[in-house]
Amino acid sequence: MQQLSSRHLLGIKGLTPEDIELIFETADTFKEVINRPIRKVPSLRDVTIANIFFENSTRTKLSFELAEKRLSADVVNFSSSNSSVKKGETLLDTVNNILAMKVDMVVIRHSSPGAPHFLARHINANIINAGDGTHEHPTQALLDAYSIREKHGSVAGKKVAIIGDILHSRVALSNIFALQKLGADVMVCGPNTLLPKYIAHLGVKVELDVKKALQWCDVANVLRIQLERQQIKYFPSLREYALYFGINKRLLDSLDKKITIMHPGPINRGVELSSDVADSEHSIIMNQVENGVAIRMAVLYLLAGTSNEKKQVNK
Amino acid sequence: MEQKRLILDSPLLEITISRLCQQLIEQHHMFEDTVILGMQPRGIFLAERIKTKLESLLAIHIPIGYLDTTFYRDDFRRRNAPLKANATKVPFIIEDKKVILIDDVLYTGRSVRAAMDAMIAFGRPRKVELLALVNRKYSRDLPIEPDYVGRHVNTLASQRVLVEWKEQGAASDHIWLINKQDL
Repeated sequence: MQQLSSRHLLGIKGLTPEDIELIFETADTFKEVINRPIRKVPSLRDVTIANIFFENSTRTKLSFELAEKRLSADVVNFSSSNSSVKKGETLLDTVNNILAMKVDMVVIRHSSPGAPHFLARHINANIINAGDGTHEHPTQALLDAYSIREKHGSVAGKKVAIIGDILHSRVALSNIFALQKLGADVMVCGPNTLLPKYIAHLGVKVELDVKKALQWCDVANVLRIQLERQQIKYFPSLREYALYFGINKRLLDSLDKKITIMHPGPINRGVELSSDVADSEHSIIMNQVENGVAIRMAVLYLLAGTSNEKKQVNK
Repeated sequence: MEQKRLILDSPLLEITISRLCQQLIEQHHMFEDTVILGMQPRGIFLAERIKTKLESLLAIHIPIGYLDTTFYRDDFRRRNAPLKANATKVPFIIEDKKVILIDDVLYTGRSVRAAMDAMIAFGRPRKVELLALVNRKYSRDLPIEPDYVGRHVNTLASQRVLVEWKEQGAASDHIWLINKQDL
């Protein structure tokens, strides 16, 4: 019997390497489950989960919802675009109202960093962070590291370059934490304006030349340019970004080795990745999506099992 | 204080497995439509031995799968921590097959209930039979009884049946009855 060190998943920063390994081993068994003729197990049949998305999402929301349904949980969905948040309700009020309807777990995405941590302090459900502003996106980092482990056997000792908009990316920060905890060597690469000023203090290498970064790494995790978060111009044009930082087949062919290409989606085709790379045999982007469901099932299963019933009864 | 008591040792276990195989042959003849499912974690060792024995006796091939019941248990969220799952390997569909479900110890019957739930993910079996090496009598929580039994034992709730398999690294096979306070 093993359990996670926390009853919430707020970020990778709070996890131990043993937690991550337990999540991976549990995900292995769920990956077998989702490839069966009947892809469903009854583990979470008495658990109700609210997916609360204050920010847009396709992949993450679908992936969480599928994971929840394959574990037989009851699911309620909420998105801010058609809710009372528009009428001025606070985050705590919104969530307390949802909890009053007897919800056991909350999956939350919010544009403010720390929103899931705030909820974890104030309410009694298990909280899972599905992305908080530019801070963390733990399940994405877990599925990225899991996909590297699946492709390369292990994460330890691998060289991983994270390329693109590091400044606005929660995926980058969570990935750096996860990869370092698992013993990988991490580099970030992008235009100087899109690299946070003190990023090197996290113990990562910093590179401004994308070709050098690709030459160095075993795995390149390419991030999207997050135009919706950019209040000012960080580079002259998308065309210029694609020219200097876009990855195409010609660039990959010019390397003297074969590297693995990852992308958390959604891809801006022709900007950070060209189609002949995104759809090539280098890319494990579709494996990432499949693994996302298994990883989220593992996280939900492990957290639901650790929710302390006795504590709730005594309260 | 009571010491641990030996229920079965290696030579006796060999005889018991042979007898169980003969009983299975009586019911299943040449095993045309029969598959074996061993229950994780320790039922798989017994299942493998029975399969090997049957195959050498009859010169046939019998499909075998490993079934893990962790995700189907009825005590999730009633424990302090979730149980860690073992691998499920069922490389065939059990639709319309006769299934022999094999576990080492039958106690409350709850694992068997979970196993019957779990196997439905691989099709609708024509018939399911249960084989247990050790049947702890008078301790069932559910109306489940085995079809084939190695040894019946009377036990108290404060006792535990411990099975050591060579496959797990033990020097030889042993089945012990232990008082829980001695553990």
